[in-house]
Amino acid sequence: MIKRSLTLTQKRALLGILFILPWLLGFLFLFVSPFVQSIRFSFSELQVAPSGYDLSFIGLDNYTNALRIDPNFNRILTESVSEMAYNVPMILFFSLFAATLLNSKFKGRPLARAIFFLPVILASGAIAEAQSAGLIQLTGSSQIAQELGEQQNGFDPMILANMLGNGGIPIWFIEYIVTAVNRIYEIIRSSGVQILIFLAALQSVPSTMYEVAKMEGATAYESFWKITFPMVSPLILTNVIYTIIDSFADSQVTQYIYETAFTSQNFGLSAAMAWMYTIVVSLILIVVGFFISRRVFYYN
Amino acid sequence: MSAKIRENEAVLLRYQRARNKGGEMLWSLFRYILILGISFVILLPILKQVSVAFKDPLDIYDPTIYMVPVNYTMENIKLAMDILDYWPLLQNTMLFVVSTTLLATASCALAGYGFARFTFPGSNILFALVIMTILIPSSTLMVPMYLHFREFDVLGLVKLFTGKAGINLLNTYWPSLITSGLAIGLKAGLFIYIFRQFFKGLPKEIEESALIDGAGGLRTFFTIMLPNAVPPIITVLLFSFVWQYNDTFYTSLFMSDSNLMAVKIASFPADVNQFLPRLLGIEGTEARADPNHVSMIVDTGILLAIAPLIVLYLFVQRYFVESVERTGVVG
Repeated sequence: MIKRSLTLTQKRALLGILFILPWLLGFLFLFVSPFVQSIRFSFSELQVAPSGYDLSFIGLDNYTNALRIDPNFNRILTESVSEMAYNVPMILFFSLFAATLLNSKFKGRPLARAIFFLPVILASGAIAEAQSAGLIQLTGSSQIAQELGEQQNGFDPMILANMLGNGGIPIWFIEYIVTAVNRIYEIIRSSGVQILIFLAALQSVPSTMYEVAKMEGATAYESFWKITFPMVSPLILTNVIYTIIDSFADSQVTQYIYETAFTSQNFGLSAAMAWMYTIVVSLILIVVGFFISRRVFYYN
Repeated sequence: MSAKIRENEAVLLRYQRARNKGGEMLWSLFRYILILGISFVILLPILKQVSVAFKDPLDIYDPTIYMVPVNYTMENIKLAMDILDYWPLLQNTMLFVVSTTLLATASCALAGYGFARFTFPGSNILFALVIMTILIPSSTLMVPMYLHFREFDVLGLVKLFTGKAGINLLNTYWPSLITSGLAIGLKAGLFIYIFRQFFKGLPKEIEESALIDGAGGLRTFFTIMLPNAVPPIITVLLFSFVWQYNDTFYTSLFMSDSNLMAVKIASFPADVNQFLPRLLGIEGTEARADPNHVSMIVDTGILLAIAPLIVLYLFVQRYFVESVERTGVVG
């Protein structure tokens, strides 16, 4: 009886809630409640009992412990952040470049696309772990393993560095390029999804724009910077955010937080670290998002 | 006079055309070199692993051999399969991954549609919260989730009836099944976003005509909207499958003892070191397994672990790019 008196709008609203109900339940019980608990944990000491756990409030101790006493947390956090600052521009540049390549017409394009997206399906932490572990066993120490891995690509970065240095390019930029070249495999491996997003964006650029530009006498280079780049710029924001999140998802910090919780059984400290980490990530996202979104060009 | 100008123009035109053509050819050559180079970098590790998998241990110390082995053998694959217990492991993993993938896709499709087409009090705020679930690192919620599933209890019902503190769901498939069924599992926020963007792009008229013809909201969704949503479904199925297959974070958090490919392969090098001597029949003697042989077996194991993904990819890669392009991630 009550149902009948509902207006159409109300019925639609109820139906909508019905559709998102699974997510809503999951969100409330498996996101909000752990979220709140995690905040509580970070301010208390947690003892795991045979059934359940005991909490005792200790204020900000966990936070000061993480920052002042824990020997590794500061270092690992700054390392991850600086590594991210290093990787994001490289990944972004490479993925835009690769997407532009894959968007142009040439023979064997389906094959090239298939190969370029292979890293998306093979990007696995487990495999990387097993691979490096295999190398360590081979040589007996991780230091040598790393050097071996660097040697394997059989390319001497000094040649490149000297060449650029003679060309009068600033040192910091040379260092950046050299690292980029050395890490090319890592970069290619982590830019699969980004290429996909850029490619989708490139295909939505109307071809009439390029035709007009060509008739007006623009070169390919000019039409890239005047048409392609502004048109995909909203996706640059998306990709930057995705890359930042992705690079944090399997960073050393996550690993360290995991170990603090389950190897050293220090759940409170781990929660505090996780929160500081979350705050750092959010700050970076907000700052980056703010600066990029001011420059983004929206066509519609 | 005018004939001369015309002649000059013709020469100029021909010159320009030649220059354009030359530039184009140069560019296409450059492009091929780049694409070949990048493809090479991507494919090299896989080719190396394939080569190692079929290489006889005899060939390890032969410096003249590059990639193509002289003595072929299936022994490496057999040893790696033995140590991994491959077929049961693969079956187990597939069962787990396929069921979580289906659940995640279903729940995310429902939620995505709900957010795309219905307005209810707070719908915009709730969608903003979906985005927030993407942004919060999973390590933040790790400990409470772990404790939660250690004593799983829905609103204290179990405690009410049995008096116990809840059911320990760790080391079962339930934590992952529940999280993906409730659209909060691995990268679920992203999937909801993909579905929402797609459904938003579909014309509203289809639904309105269905409504006028007397179909209810649920029926409209299942018989009209879902069949039209093949691109995002394929995208989400694929991504969810691949990420779930490769995921070590949640699997080692909830199911550290279970028989899953990602968990097994992470500890594979240690297993090989432990079991290889026995399989080679030299256990208990002074002899040790050659570390290079060990690393050969490890590489073979890694190849075996990614083989299902590669086989799957061979079949679906055509749809993969197309569907992502049509999904409207671009929005």
